[in-house]
Amino acid sequence: MLLLLKFDSKAVKQPIISKAAIDTNTLINIIKASVGARRGELIVEVEDEKVKEVEKIFKSYGVEVQELDKAIAKDDEKCVHCGLCISICPVEVFEIKDKKVVAETSKCIHCGVCINVCPTRALSLPV
Amino acid sequence: MKSIEEINRKIREGDVVVVTAEEMKKIVEELGTKKAAEEVDVVTTGTFGAMCSSGVFMNFGHSDPPIKMQKVWLNDVEAYTGIAAVDAYLGVTQISETKGFEYGGAHVIEDLVKGKEVELKAIAHGTDCYPRKEIITEITLEDLNQAVMLNPRNAYQRYKAATNSSDRLLRTYMGTLLPNFGNVTFAGTGEISPLNNDPEYRTIGIGTRIFLCGAKGYVIGEGTQHLPPFGTLMVKGNLKEMSAKYMRAAIFPGYGVTMFVGIGIPIPILDEEMAKFTAIRDDGIETEIIDFGVARRDRPVVRQVTYAELKSGKVEINGEEVRVSPLSSYYMAHEIMEELKRQIEKGEFLLTQPVDKIPTKSVLKPMRQKEIKVVSSVMTKAITISPETGIDEVSKIILQKNVNHLAVVDENNVLIGIVTSWDVAKAVAKAKGVNLGKAKDVMTRKVITTFPDEPIEVAARKMEMHNISALPVIDAKRRVLGLVTSEDLSKLLARW
Repeated sequence: MLLLLKFDSKAVKQPIISKAAIDTNTLINIIKASVGARRGELIVEVEDEKVKEVEKIFKSYGVEVQELDKAIAKDDEKCVHCGLCISICPVEVFEIKDKKVVAETSKCIHCGVCINVCPTRALSLPV
Repeated sequence: MKSIEEINRKIREGDVVVVTAEEMKKIVEELGTKKAAEEVDVVTTGTFGAMCSSGVFMNFGHSDPPIKMQKVWLNDVEAYTGIAAVDAYLGVTQISETKGFEYGGAHVIEDLVKGKEVELKAIAHGTDCYPRKEIITEITLEDLNQAVMLNPRNAYQRYKAATNSSDRLLRTYMGTLLPNFGNVTFAGTGEISPLNNDPEYRTIGIGTRIFLCGAKGYVIGEGTQHLPPFGTLMVKGNLKEMSAKYMRAAIFPGYGVTMFVGIGIPIPILDEEMAKFTAIRDDGIETEIIDFGVARRDRPVVRQVTYAELKSGKVEINGEEVRVSPLSSYYMAHEIMEELKRQIEKGEFLLTQPVDKIPTKSVLKPMRQKEIKVVSSVMTKAITISPETGIDEVSKIILQKNVNHLAVVDENNVLIGIVTSWDVAKAVAKAKGVNLGKAKDVMTRKVITTFPDEPIEVAARKMEMHNISALPVIDAKRRVLGLVTSEDLSKLLARW
């Protein structure tokens, strides 16, 4: 499961990821991070069984947690299977299978880069 | 040896053997060229890619009172009407005057094919024979007398693949190119593409009947910029017979509108040589990866590459594995090959003998320009300072020399930063006490630079993109040669 974490100015100064990992004995994989002086936004991957436990720890430190369960959506009516999205996606969601472009949406990290690249506007991120 | 007539007779009698280009490779591998040539009559080839040099000639019919259109728009996309009164050519890349990059000529064409109503707006001077000065109406494809797709350059045999060495993301007609060789994009369908299966243009020539966006179309000559083995075709077909399935309007962000065009060409297997040609494989089709990080006509070649490598999804550049995106759809190309195969088998599509050949040799000339102005012709002497120069000293130099930019260099004249009058003003305003600091404290270290032989348009675009007003001119060792300012450039560019 992917989690979107939003740190405010207080939380951003603390080593919360390490604390959560140690306290819950869970591996936390950082997929994307944008951390500034006053706020931070991270996308992390956590084992499905441990999600609730980890979420609880984050919340206790004042971190806003959002589960990313709706991934990129491809409109197959619009898609012409050109494959332009393939090399753009940072986590290799797209690949060609039997000549068609298919999306392995469980890998999606919601970065949205592909949406603006698709020439037929076939990609969207449901909110 | 078989003739086109013999193959057509077989098509009429329903015992023709048609295979797709994909199937043909395996057949030749198994049977060899001689046997394959005896067994197979026709190989269908296909491509489905963004083809900017495409458009539609239309005749709208005459209004009452009649109008000689001077300018005409379809859904706010301008078409060229510098021909007869109500004739016009709508190009796929023309963008909407109200919606910009989101809608263009390709979208109008797709909307017409889908049967949608399109707004026609035209203006005119008004003459004795054509008194009307303007008209606004709604039209559909059915209302047009003729709607002929006529594409000056389609079906590139092979195309140069693209990458980007610069540190900036580039939005191009080859798609979005990530910085620092972040990805590679390429166009064309390689071993199933029409011209690759007839590299000597023996059977594809003027008059060859083809599959064009679902309709029967024709090759009417070599395409513009035809440069074998980077051959191209000029084609036409009746838009009224086309299907939206085999075309698609496309938007390339930051570049504009274009259209995916679907083309299929049947190749008659006249003899063993044609069997050999149609057995071509991706690993035998070479192209180059070129660097779009250099904004020049002759972009540097990063490396040679085959379509087999490109289609594998990963290529190596400077020891790193780089991911590759196709821009053409194999899926659609495959659908086209299968559909054309079906039509020939059913006797709905007959082959043609070309009435003339397209050239197997050609040259591509660059544009004749009076001169290409480069940075060295406009640059001025750069005032350089050491990083240890005090801000008070810096401000004196700025006033004395009447400049806004000082290049900060080391003892070897190598550029390490830039200080502007703005940086100095900021340093003075912020200063607490008498110590104003040194040039090294306020300079910008990541300097955007130019080179003496860079065209001034490229330098001007760099300034525009980074919102800056001057660029130090440096040599390959980053030694400062001069400075070019937006003022210097705007004088020149405005004169044009």
